[in-house]
Amino acid sequence: MGFRRVYDYVAGKKDWGSYGLPHAGTNVPARTAGDVARRDVPTCSLGDRLADVRERVRGAGWDTCIVINERRVVLGRLGRKALASETDASVEEAMTPGPSTVRPSIGAHALLERIRERKLTSLLVTTPDGRLVGLVRRGDLE
Amino acid sequence: MPASIDRDQVRRLIAEEGAQLVEVLPAKEFGEEHIVGAVNIPLKELDQRASRELDRDRPVIVYCNDYQ
Repeated sequence: MGFRRVYDYVAGKKDWGSYGLPHAGTNVPARTAGDVARRDVPTCSLGDRLADVRERVRGAGWDTCIVINERRVVLGRLGRKALASETDASVEEAMTPGPSTVRPSIGAHALLERIRERKLTSLLVTTPDGRLVGLVRRGDLE
Repeated sequence: MPASIDRDQVRRLIAEEGAQLVEVLPAKEFGEEHIVGAVNIPLKELDQRASRELDRDRPVIVYCNDYQ
């Protein structure tokens, strides 16, 4: 090619899209899970005390909290029931481990169908390596 | 032989050094899906078109679908 600095992005556009990074084209959905995911969903760590998390989550106006590690990999989820409990358990004891997730590149239409089929109120969006992108709520899609 | 880079390195090169993204697949595939900001120069035409259409002073990042 005659250029001094040429690089090969070996993983290609499939890798790019699967991480919810900007991509376009006739096959790309107009709105994706990555576009609608709420990135401000509260998070906490395994060793946190449930009582502390409960107070923070309620104060932020949420009813769920995502448990992540230091690399933002999703480990579990605290739902309404866990957060409503007045026990002094740890997050690890109270959480639901390994929640269902979808990739950022899934189209919003397909995502809503999946949420309705499974009778869910929300779904977590993560990268292929399990890192949290955000939470999609059913109300944000309907 | 171009050096292989990952997604984070692509983002850094674009943000910090104005790297040019080039999809080397045929035009039809580019039209179906491409990285925003990329130009399409199919591999067969690269030698012919690169010097006309790309800036020699900026890094060039080529890509296709995935590991091929």
